[in-house]
Amino acid sequence: MHIEFDEPKCVAAGQCVVAAPEVFDQRDEDGIAILLTENPAADLHEGVREAAAICPAAAIRLKE
Amino acid sequence: MPVTQPVTYPFTAEKLDLSPLYSALRKEQPLSRVQLPYGEPAWLATRYADARFVLSDPRFSRNESLRRDEPRMRPFPTPPDALMIMDPPEHSRLRRLAAKAFTVKRVEDWRPRIERIAADLADRMLAKGAPADLVTDFALPLPISVISALLGVPFEDREKFQVWAEAFISTTKYTAEEAAEHRASLTAHMTGLIAEHREHPRDDLIGDLVAARDEDDRLSEEELLTMLSGLLVGGFETTATQISDFVYLLLTHPEQHAALRADLDRIPQAVEELLRFVPLTTGTAFARYALEDVEVGGVTVRAGEPVVVALHSANRDESVFTCPHQLDLERREAPHLAFGHGAHHCLGSPLARVELQVALRTLLTRFPGLRFHESEADVVWKSGVLTRGPERLPLAWDHD
Repeated sequence: MHIEFDEPKCVAAGQCVVAAPEVFDQRDEDGIAILLTENPAADLHEGVREAAAICPAAAIRLKE
Repeated sequence: MPVTQPVTYPFTAEKLDLSPLYSALRKEQPLSRVQLPYGEPAWLATRYADARFVLSDPRFSRNESLRRDEPRMRPFPTPPDALMIMDPPEHSRLRRLAAKAFTVKRVEDWRPRIERIAADLADRMLAKGAPADLVTDFALPLPISVISALLGVPFEDREKFQVWAEAFISTTKYTAEEAAEHRASLTAHMTGLIAEHREHPRDDLIGDLVAARDEDDRLSEEELLTMLSGLLVGGFETTATQISDFVYLLLTHPEQHAALRADLDRIPQAVEELLRFVPLTTGTAFARYALEDVEVGGVTVRAGEPVVVALHSANRDESVFTCPHQLDLERREAPHLAFGHGAHHCLGSPLARVELQVALRTLLTRFPGLRFHESEADVVWKSGVLTRGPERLPLAWDHD
């Protein structure tokens, strides 16, 4: 799995951080998401898929 | 280009019911013509996929409303400095200033404090004894205390906030003149608070935003004022109403209420289902204007035409949710749209989630045998405002 995060689209809703906390974090100063790894381990894929589906800005794209 | 005569909107329904018209529209006419109480006629989108599309596609603009007679539920149009009328990238600049207060990490840091506030309210209800009114004794003071502390406004002002918030969401409860007067009072109050923060800088959200204005000129004085008023009012009215709506639904679904009580770890999931299920507002507004011709739900929306999105209808879309009209606290399906979608997705949603989870956990652990005081018929419902929920919800519980 490869994750593409389109930062300018991010609206700082923080939903990805709840869905996949090992893969996404948020900047303290403005809440914009931070992608911690572009190629997450297999056991994290389900959470990442949920993050991509739930992102209100459609800023997370997955290549599997 | 009205193909048919617009239908009067919003559709009416009692309590927390949803008008059956939405189901019919989703099936037969996913985009239909409606006339809201104010403004020009609009397209109404009722399906889940169309709702997400309209709310996130950059060919739809909120900002265009400034130049139009925006379809709306309230007499006054959206203020020109509000986040809710901006498009990216202007919108992103302003939203990111406030978003720092609502990161998942920040609101989790707040959780113990929210739990303490909820516990104190529960203590007071227990000391006073049944019956209690959930709305005034718990549902309102909880989020008001939280947003007051977070913003840095004195909790003692809470009664004024309640009136001002009601004026903000009033459709018919207040006359246009009264509502304008209350909004002016809120603005004056906020102006005073900003001046106070300038004199005595403090480490809260007003302090942060004042610094962003004064030190970095990252927002205008008007934007600062409008944002603070929006955060205060938006910060508690909806959450308070949701808490009462959630409790009402648990009490009217006794089996699911009992199951949740038996397994409190399921509360976060239950909150999501309750958010999906509750039609929190009487109707919809905040129209998105097509900037060019766009195909939606089998209809060509022409450039310059507004579309309003019925989130409650999208949350009951049969093609996405199994038995959508049933409350199922164990449901795990597609994400609901209760907080909206796209750039304007509720800024405070992480905070709202924690407050709703804490509220349910507190009520379920501290009040065994929680029930309507006498009967469901005692619940008094709000009217003349945008939100749907109890005005009074008299409760009783088992004493030791």
